[in-house]
Amino acid sequence: MTSKISWADVEVGTELPAQSFPVTRATLVRYAGASGDFNPIHWNERFAKDVGLPDVIAHGMFTMAEAIRVVTDWVGDPGAVVEYGVRFTRPVVVPDDDRGAVIEVTGKVAAKLDDRTVRVDLTATSAGQKVLGMSRAVVRLA
Amino acid sequence: MALDQSFVGRSYPPTVPYEVGREKIREFAEAIGDTNPAYTDAEAAKALGHPDVIAPPTFVFAITFKAAGQVFTDPQLGLDYSRVVHGDQKFAYRRPVRAGDRLTVVSTIEAIKSMAGNEILDVRGEVHDEAGEHVVTAWTKLVARAAEGA
Repeated sequence: MTSKISWADVEVGTELPAQSFPVTRATLVRYAGASGDFNPIHWNERFAKDVGLPDVIAHGMFTMAEAIRVVTDWVGDPGAVVEYGVRFTRPVVVPDDDRGAVIEVTGKVAAKLDDRTVRVDLTATSAGQKVLGMSRAVVRLA
Repeated sequence: MALDQSFVGRSYPPTVPYEVGREKIREFAEAIGDTNPAYTDAEAAKALGHPDVIAPPTFVFAITFKAAGQVFTDPQLGLDYSRVVHGDQKFAYRRPVRAGDRLTVVSTIEAIKSMAGNEILDVRGEVHDEAGEHVVTAWTKLVARAAEGA
């Protein structure tokens, strides 16, 4: 593990660079293929509406994959992630247009832990609504 | 109908090994738009101390979720899978998953709860490599929403 961030240099409250992740219908089709999750609520509007959703929604695991990039881009080595957990609180609704949706992710150091690790608390929102809750990662620093 | 509490603690047999392919990792990294070279360039991964390209942190979910299918589709458990949504997901890593890994998963039912007519099922997946070393543990919480009119 080779983090480019030093444990000594961060404090509780240190903010990680925020990022925005666009997601269109094409993104979801590609993620379905790569992940093997072909649930039609992620690509078929008719099906999504039939089961009571407002429209096609992103895979929760797609949102989870994007949110941790704020941490892995910060430390450089994705292998430095020791723990990562989220709660799926609200779906990311993806309309059938050229713009789709955007997932906005911020993160900040919430605790300095043993063994050169820190806990990072993440927030992920889309269309102004929180889409992940309890989104936390423990990452080992240099 | 409430799920049978006696299933708590039950483990399912280890899955057939899943071999982690370099190109599968690349495909996954591209699908999430992540250009970190540790996922696609073996030399970059080695420079970070890994023996080969590594997988993004959530890659392993495809393997553990498929393994957990043994639980969800167990007719004796009787989960109504058509009403299931993903509630929580957590991973604890001993090391990153990497190309060439042959991974097996043992799924265990950690908890079954009933709240406001919803059934909540917690499944833990322990992932080991071919040498029997622990790689990662995945916890998946599924919520089966109450049937309408129930």
